[in-house]
Amino acid sequence: MKRGAMFLTVLALVFAAGAGGVKFQGSAEASAQATTITVWLPFGGRELGVMKRTIAEYDNKNSNVKIKVAGDISTTKIVAAIRAGNAPDLAMDFESANIGTYCSSGAWSDLGPYLKKDKVDVNIFPSAARYYTQYKGKRCAMPLLADVAGLYYNKKMFKAAGLTRPPRTISELTAYAKKLTKRNKDGSLKVVGFDPFIGWYTNSNDRFIGMFGGKWVDSKGKSILAKDPAWAKMLRWQKSLVDWYGHNKLVKFHAGEGDEYSSSNGFESGKLAMNLDGEWRVAFIAAEKPGLAYGTAPLPVDDAKPGLYGSSALNGSIAGIPKNAKHKDQAWALLKYLTTQDHPLAQLSNGLRNVPTTKSSLASPEIKPDKHFSVFLKIYAHPKSSTVPITAAGVQYQDLFTSFVTKWQAGHAKDLAGGLKKVDKQIDAQLKQAGGGVP
Amino acid sequence: MSLVSPMAEAGAASVAPAFDRRRAKKKAAWRRRRIVLAFMSPWILGFSIFFGYPLVMSAYLSLTHYDLLSPARWVGLGNYRYLFGTDSQVWPAVRNTLWMIGVFVPLNVLFAFGIALMLARARTGSGFFRTAFYLPALAPPVAATLGFVYLLNPATGPVNSALEYIGIEGPLWFNSPTWSKPSLVLLGLWGVGSVMIIFLAAVLDVPRHLYESAELDGCGPLRRLRWVTLPSISPVILFAVVIGVIQGLQYFTQAYVAGNIAQGEASQAGDTSGLNLGYPEDSTLFYPVLLYQHGFRYFNMGYASAMAMLLLAVAFAVTLVIILNSRRFVHYQGAVR
Repeated sequence: MKRGAMFLTVLALVFAAGAGGVKFQGSAEASAQATTITVWLPFGGRELGVMKRTIAEYDNKNSNVKIKVAGDISTTKIVAAIRAGNAPDLAMDFESANIGTYCSSGAWSDLGPYLKKDKVDVNIFPSAARYYTQYKGKRCAMPLLADVAGLYYNKKMFKAAGLTRPPRTISELTAYAKKLTKRNKDGSLKVVGFDPFIGWYTNSNDRFIGMFGGKWVDSKGKSILAKDPAWAKMLRWQKSLVDWYGHNKLVKFHAGEGDEYSSSNGFESGKLAMNLDGEWRVAFIAAEKPGLAYGTAPLPVDDAKPGLYGSSALNGSIAGIPKNAKHKDQAWALLKYLTTQDHPLAQLSNGLRNVPTTKSSLASPEIKPDKHFSVFLKIYAHPKSSTVPITAAGVQYQDLFTSFVTKWQAGHAKDLAGGLKKVDKQIDAQLKQAGGGVP
Repeated sequence: MSLVSPMAEAGAASVAPAFDRRRAKKKAAWRRRRIVLAFMSPWILGFSIFFGYPLVMSAYLSLTHYDLLSPARWVGLGNYRYLFGTDSQVWPAVRNTLWMIGVFVPLNVLFAFGIALMLARARTGSGFFRTAFYLPALAPPVAATLGFVYLLNPATGPVNSALEYIGIEGPLWFNSPTWSKPSLVLLGLWGVGSVMIIFLAAVLDVPRHLYESAELDGCGPLRRLRWVTLPSISPVILFAVVIGVIQGLQYFTQAYVAGNIAQGEASQAGDTSGLNLGYPEDSTLFYPVLLYQHGFRYFNMGYASAMAMLLLAVAFAVTLVIILNSRRFVHYQGAVR
């Protein structure tokens, strides 16, 4: 009996504490009816703080909701939560290639009815952003900020080497890279002019092929890495530069580099004279190395395709409402606010220095002018900027190609044409398999 | 212990007819079965829920296309055909796994046995040395791997710095396709403690009189090791080999962590775009790593289940082969054959 009474007392105290917790978090009146919605974001650290501040602004204006934000969320976690039935009301993923998985499986809700009801015209987004937020015509995500790649260059090192402007073509980039590289007495690399190693930091296949204007698939969705000569051209150039540094010397140099997303990043610490990086680096440098004299420019392009200059491969972050979200209407209201309104997009862009994703927000007067960042806004708006193909298999085809490229750049895959053909065959088979078909 | 009292049994036998006796016996047997079942029930429940059910489901899912999110769709043997015929990553992954088993398991047994032999002979400070050799086994695998990646960092790691000091240019360790697996073997051997402790117990358990008899027969230390110690501890060697092979087939955590950290990933949880499992150059792409990649990166769970079924079949077959062959060289003390 005594025990029972004690148990009840503890239970009452727990409930009282819980109720108290709710009460203190918002205004007493509002919290009585406020719906709590959960938002999962892939950001961490400083960037998560920026997202939280923007979301808090919405939270404060809308007394009917209370928003709980969690950061450092990966795709695996989102899928596991949807599967387990405890999905958040709103989820964001850095990797737009996952839209195929989310849409084809129905894991993220079809936003069509919401868009129709609220008369949201998706043409407020540029075509690439419209492309990577749907799969086979079903729109189950909204674009929430985008990433493009550009060239960062160290002005002090340029001056010392007698270089006055950033390189615009691949041959210029190669010459500059060699000129800016410094070696230690033992032959190891001290400063790398431009690091061509795919798979390191932000260097990825899609960003490199953007400089050569290559295509992943043909109109039927078949892999054309061997057929499109841009791939072989890019890989030959990239390997020749890797060989110039020495593959193992570059690997050793990487091992001594700091974490990409920290102040010991190679470009920020002056070990890279030029670097391919995303627009977000502008914010990282402002926060971590404000005194660094640097410039930003579009990535150099294939000498034979000067029309590509100013464009880049772009990759957007996507946000959607999981199929088993508990408060879909409230989640949609927040999603609509974050992805279609200029104000939050500008706020996020200012804090994260990510590219805002509506056409109008690109020119929003709220966006803090910044000569480093404005370069990326232009790259995003460039008509030749494009994104990777969306497939039901997510990023599988990119992984397969990366697997080949790592061997190629190390000199362990001699037959380039044969190797690319094999990768094509494998990608086609894998796409078929991932779609449930028997290859 | 009989559950029916002997007194009652004797009384019943003198008065009751034969069928009554049988009935009583049957009843007792049922009661005994029920008790046994009751005692076993926690294990039976655990086994059915956490092993039996997943096993059956995984076998079923291996015949379907299943992305975790939408209902599974029957594809028959499609996943197996892809596994055996098309997937170009399977055989490199199998080769890596076999390499690990072929190199690591014998070395692990040799090291564990060698250390156990030395510890068994230690006259002073044996407690200290036992603890010292066992301690690494307590380190969580992720932490131990992080530590090794740091120690073996080709540019900033203390190992290469020390090598450089004596004029040797150290290898690229986890960053080299040639050295990544040997680095993982080093990491494994460092944590040899748990197997070593079993060997130590077995070595200490070898009856003294066997050594004395061998010595009287003129056996030197090497022959005593060959003809007394080895046969006496052979069941432990068998155990270490079987466990080693099974662990080798399931080798995942260390490879996954080392590959990611050495390539400089894992800084932002949500950013996996550049993730290259099996880094460098697929040299640490072990079968379970590939399985994980299909299951949890591509959400191709049907195919991952097919891979898991193959792994189960191989583990079962290899263990069976080892155990069947072991009769020729494993000696059980006091066993009557």
